[in-house]
Amino acid sequence: MNGEEKEERKMKMVRIYIMGKMYEVPEGLTIMKAMEYAGYKFIRGCGCRGGFCGACATVYRIGNDYKLYTGLACQTTVVDGMYLVQIPFVPAEKPKYDIEKLRPTASTVISIFPEVTRCVACNTCTKSCPQNLEVMDAIQSIIRGDLIKAAELSFDCIACGICSMRCPAEIIHYHVFQLVRRLYGKYLAKKSKQLENRLNEILQGKYEEELNKLTKLGIEELKKLYESREIEKVGVIRR
Amino acid sequence: MSQIIGYPEYMLKLIEKVEETRDKRLKEEYERIAPKEKEELLRKWHPDYRPEGKRPLKIGPSKGLMVPHEVADLIEAYPLIDPAQIDLSRIDYDVDILIIGGGGAGASAAIWANISGVPADRILLVTKLRFGDANTKMAQGGIQAADRPEDSPILHYLDVIGGGHFANKPELVKKLVTDAPFIIKWLEDLGVMFDRDSEGNFIELSGGGACRRRLHACKDYTGLEIMRVLMDETLNRGIQILEFSPAIELLTDPDTGAVTGALLWNLETKEYYIARAKAVILTTGGYGRLHIQGFPTTNHYGATMDGVVMAYRVGAKLRDLDSTQYHPTGAAYPEQIVGLLITEKCRGLGAQLVNIDGEQFVYPLEPRDVVASAIIRECYGRNKGIVTPTGMRGVWLDLPMIEEIHGKGTIQRYLSAIYRMYMRFGIDPTKYPVLVFPTLHYMNGGVEINVKAQVLNGKGEPIPGFFAAGEVCGGVHGKNRLMGNSLLEITVFGRTAGMSAAEYIKNVTPGKLSLKHVERYIEMLKEAKIPPKRKSPMILPEYRGEKVLSRALPLLTI
Repeated sequence: MNGEEKEERKMKMVRIYIMGKMYEVPEGLTIMKAMEYAGYKFIRGCGCRGGFCGACATVYRIGNDYKLYTGLACQTTVVDGMYLVQIPFVPAEKPKYDIEKLRPTASTVISIFPEVTRCVACNTCTKSCPQNLEVMDAIQSIIRGDLIKAAELSFDCIACGICSMRCPAEIIHYHVFQLVRRLYGKYLAKKSKQLENRLNEILQGKYEEELNKLTKLGIEELKKLYESREIEKVGVIRR
Repeated sequence: MSQIIGYPEYMLKLIEKVEETRDKRLKEEYERIAPKEKEELLRKWHPDYRPEGKRPLKIGPSKGLMVPHEVADLIEAYPLIDPAQIDLSRIDYDVDILIIGGGGAGASAAIWANISGVPADRILLVTKLRFGDANTKMAQGGIQAADRPEDSPILHYLDVIGGGHFANKPELVKKLVTDAPFIIKWLEDLGVMFDRDSEGNFIELSGGGACRRRLHACKDYTGLEIMRVLMDETLNRGIQILEFSPAIELLTDPDTGAVTGALLWNLETKEYYIARAKAVILTTGGYGRLHIQGFPTTNHYGATMDGVVMAYRVGAKLRDLDSTQYHPTGAAYPEQIVGLLITEKCRGLGAQLVNIDGEQFVYPLEPRDVVASAIIRECYGRNKGIVTPTGMRGVWLDLPMIEEIHGKGTIQRYLSAIYRMYMRFGIDPTKYPVLVFPTLHYMNGGVEINVKAQVLNGKGEPIPGFFAAGEVCGGVHGKNRLMGNSLLEITVFGRTAGMSAAEYIKNVTPGKLSLKHVERYIEMLKEAKIPPKRKSPMILPEYRGEKVLSRALPLLTI
C-alpha cells in the first residue's frame, strides 16, 4: 500500500472535475482512462475506445475559459482544470423508410427530414464536431440539392450526436447524413462491370468443380499450389 | 482542442534515419520469406508458440484443447447465477428468432431472417452495449471479394487456407469465397459507399498474404460504413432491438437439448429477462478485452468472449482457440493510443516497416502472424526497435511513402481515420513515420459451425435451434485470419445464419425452457475441482484504478 502511494506520488497529477466533482488523476491519460482511474465503471459512454463509434462524446470547459469544448473521451487527453461531462445518449429516433422505394434527390431527404430547411447557417454544428467535419456545409449542400457533396462531407461522421444537441434548428444530422449516403451509394455511384461479370460466372458454376476439388485436396498438394501462386504487385491508385 | 504532443527530440533524430533511406527503399522490394524460414520465425517469436501461455481444457466437449490461460479461466468457471434463483415461468420476450450480439454478423442475420419470411416483430436482437458497438465498426482496411478479371475465387481460397496454415474447415472457406462477390453486391444495393475509380470499378488494394489486390474499402472507415448501413436497414425493417441487455446464459429444452432462448440481464436496472425463441443465433464476437498474454488490444469494450462461454455450457465444440491474432501494427506511440489499430491498408498502399537503422526487415504484406513475429524479433531478438519515453518498443511504419507513391493528399483521402487520430496528438503522418508494435486483434478460433451456420456439438452433430456467425466461430480462418476476411465472414455467415434459422423455425414449436445444462456444467466443474470463486461470462473488463477497487464497499447492491 505504501509502495503504491509512493509510486503515485512520482506521477505528475492533474485535477479534473467529473460532473463537478474533483479527482486527481495522472497526467497524460485520456478522459476515458482518467475516469476509470478515478473509479468509474462505464456502461454507457464507452464503446470502441478507439475513436470509431461515437459512444463517448464529452463536453468540457477548462478553468475560467468561457469556451465549451467537445471531444471523444477515448481520444482526448485530460488537462488540469478540466470540467467535463459525458453525453450518454442523444434522444433522436430514426424515421423508417424503404430505401428501395426512394428517389435519390434532395426533396426525398427533405420530405423525410423537413427540419433540414430550418438551418440558419450558424455553423455551431461544425464548431462542435469532434471529427472536425464541415457539418454545416454538408447540410447546406442538401438544401442546394447536391447529395454527392453532402455524402462526401459527412462520410467520416461517427454519429456521436454532439452537433444535434447543439443545433438551434434541431436537426438530427447523423440520421439525415445516413440517408444521404445510402441514396448516394445505392443510386448515384457508378456500378462495377467487373463485379457483374464475376457474379454471372459464379452463377453459371464456373468455379464450382475446381473449388470442390480443392476442398478435398491433402495438405501437401495444397501447400504446393499455395506456394506457387504468383503475387500481384502493389498497384498505384487509379482514380 | 488540439493536444500538442508530437515526437520528443530524440525520436525526431531517429526519424532522420528513416528519411535518409526512403528514396532507396522506394525502389527496393524486400524478399518474401521462404516457407522453412517462416515456420522457424513463427515458432521462435509468435506469442501463440509460447507453451507457457496455454493449457489444455479440463472439462467439456473439447476437453484437452489447448487454449490461452485467459480463455481457460473463463471456460473453467462457474455461472454468474444460481439456476435455482431464476424463475423461467415468466417469459418477457417470446419470439421466433433471438439474435445475441449487435455487430455486423447479428445485423446481417436479422436482415436476412426477415428477408427469408420471418416477420420483423418475431425477431429480437439483444446486445450488451449499443446496437453496433462491435469490432465491425472498428474494421478499417476493407473486405475481400475476388471480382477482378485477374483474380478468382480459386485464388481467394488458396490465400485463405494457406494463410490459415491449412487448418481451416474447407467447406466454410469455399462458402466464404463463393459468396463474397454476392455480399459486395448486396452491400452496394443497400447503399454502402465503396471507393471506386471513375469507371465505377472498385479501387482494390493488396492485403497481407493475398496474391491479388482484392480489398474493397470505404476509405479507412470500411467497417463503420458497413455497420451503420446494416443498422439503418435493420431499424427500417422494424426488427426489435434490446440494448444494454447481454445474454448471460442460454436456455435449453431438457428433453431435446435444443437451444430455446436466453437469460438476459439489464445492465442498468440489474433485473433479468427470459427470452424464448424457436431458434437462437449467436453473434457475440471475440475476446480482445481478455488481453491475452498481457497485450493491448484493438477491440471494443465488450469483446469478452461471453458467447464462447455460454455455448460451451450447452455442449458446443470449440476449435482453433489455441491461435490468437496479433495485428502487426498497433500504435506504440503516443501512450494515449497504444494498441489501437493502424490499418494494414497502410502497407497495402506501399508503406514499409523499418527498424532503428532505417532498414526494412520483412516483406510488408506477409500474412499477419509472420509480420507480427518479424516485428517482435526486430525489437527483442535483434534489439533494433525504437524505445518510447514510457519504455515500450516498436518499429517505424513509414507512412509518408504513401504520398510519394500515390501522390499528395492520398493519406487524407484514403486513410482519413489514421490521419485524424495522429493529428489529434500533434503528429502529421504525411510527414512523419509512426511507431508500431503488435496488438491483440482477433480470436481466430471459436465454436464450430457447418455451412448452414449450425453450431456443432462434441460429436460434430448440429445442436437443434442453435446457430452462430462471425468472430465467435472458428474454422473459417484456421490458425490465422487474413485482412479483409472478417468483414466478409460476418456478412457471409450472418446472412447464412439468418436464412438457416428462418428455414429451421418453419417446422418447430417453442420448446421448454431450462437451465439443466448449466446445472450439469456446475457438476462437471465441481468434479474437476475448479476453484468456486471463478465466475463467467465476464460481460465487461475491469479497468478501474486499484486504489479505488481496494476501498470499494459494495453497499446498495442486491
